[in-house]
Amino acid sequence: MPTFAHFFETLLESYPVFFEGLWLTIRVTFVSVLIAVFIGLFFALFKISQSKILNWIANVYIAVIRGTPLIVQIFIFYFGLTEFNIPKFWAASIGLALHNGAYIAEIFRGSIQSIDKGQMEAGRSLGMSHTLAMRRIILPQAFRRALPPLGNQFIIGLKDSSLAAFIALPELFSVATTQGARTFDEMTYLLIVAVYYLVLVLIFTLLVNLLEKRLSASD
Amino acid sequence: MVEKAEMIRVEKLNKSFGDLHVLKDIDLEVNESDVVVLIGASGSGKSTLLRCMNFLEIKNSGNVIIEGETIDPQKNDLNKVRQRVGMVFQHFNLFPHKSVLENVIEAPLMVKKLKRAEAEKEGKELLAKVGLGDKANVYPNKLSGGQKQRVAIARALAMKPDIMLFDEPTSALDPELVGEVLSTMKELAKEGMTMVVVTHEMGFAREVGDWVVYMHDGKIVEKGHPSELFSEPKEQRTQDFLSSIL
Repeated sequence: MPTFAHFFETLLESYPVFFEGLWLTIRVTFVSVLIAVFIGLFFALFKISQSKILNWIANVYIAVIRGTPLIVQIFIFYFGLTEFNIPKFWAASIGLALHNGAYIAEIFRGSIQSIDKGQMEAGRSLGMSHTLAMRRIILPQAFRRALPPLGNQFIIGLKDSSLAAFIALPELFSVATTQGARTFDEMTYLLIVAVYYLVLVLIFTLLVNLLEKRLSASD
Repeated sequence: MVEKAEMIRVEKLNKSFGDLHVLKDIDLEVNESDVVVLIGASGSGKSTLLRCMNFLEIKNSGNVIIEGETIDPQKNDLNKVRQRVGMVFQHFNLFPHKSVLENVIEAPLMVKKLKRAEAEKEGKELLAKVGLGDKANVYPNKLSGGQKQRVAIARALAMKPDIMLFDEPTSALDPELVGEVLSTMKELAKEGMTMVVVTHEMGFAREVGDWVVYMHDGKIVEKGHPSELFSEPKEQRTQDFLSSIL
């Protein structure tokens, strides 16, 4: 184990090498979760739809994604689609988005179904179509209710983005292993990268809590 | 005497939920400016009958005729029909993420495509009418039950319906808040609104109702003017029901 002094010194000195990786991790996370929210919303609507075919599509998608490891999905996506020459950033982002999308679909489905049936009835009784009432009445309330589990999923997505190191995307974790191998000081760099992730997660948790507080003001 | 226009006619209406036969061959008509009060024990089918009138429940057989037009839920655009038939619910069902005024103008804006300024002007007038002119920018969670229900009435009226349906509008209210909602409904009746009201408030039925309909076990047992039905009910079951609650 490195001494604390050595760890601390390296932490302070190494930030220029980590900076690019940190920025890449943040970008991959935000892009993938943003896409995942849209994917999740669509599949949630498929799941609660009256159409058996749409139900089936959503169920298969969710079963396959939840039933296979993320690392396998990322590899299949990256190596399977090499002929299309997808940049690593997008291979990782879309891979993570498809993965998180399945979980977010279940989050949205739950939050949509938790909205009182009377809300849809009130909308319909005013002459709104099902789609309009869904868009204007149900979804805004469901989004609010989905926020805590979405924040949780974002944190999972942030940490899972480290798996992109295995397709050689130079994000945070990848920087740590590269530096470790170069200096033969693996443990120091692993501890440093752990600190980076921890701080990112704590900052993001704080932001989600603030957002929740602001939104709950009208409840 | 001038013949009043027919607003709702229900013919041989049947409705089942699974094995449960809730409405059995119901015939009922509601004429213009009538206030028809549906009474009966829980489970007698009065709420289901009301919900069939704006197609929140779809009948199994029979006809629902709105303003002379037989409505076929498969063919007619129910969204259009519902714009003519407003509904007030037992649990208000206000939109919690919208302010009071936004609740009222939502459907005029999104369904009728009214201009915002116009919708807001009408919305504020309606809120003033139900005595909540000062609550326009408040959120529903800050209102009492009685205030919520009056907002719900204003919201339904904003679509300028020809008929208003009330599904136990005071059943979820604390006793001291019932009066304010009933007096709002009384106002509406005075203005000539056609109303169908499911309620347990016999005082309201007696005072405001033009017709009282007693339902039992999915059937209409008796229909009469309140003065007759309350003082000298013809049917034994009506007598039993009235003596059990009065």
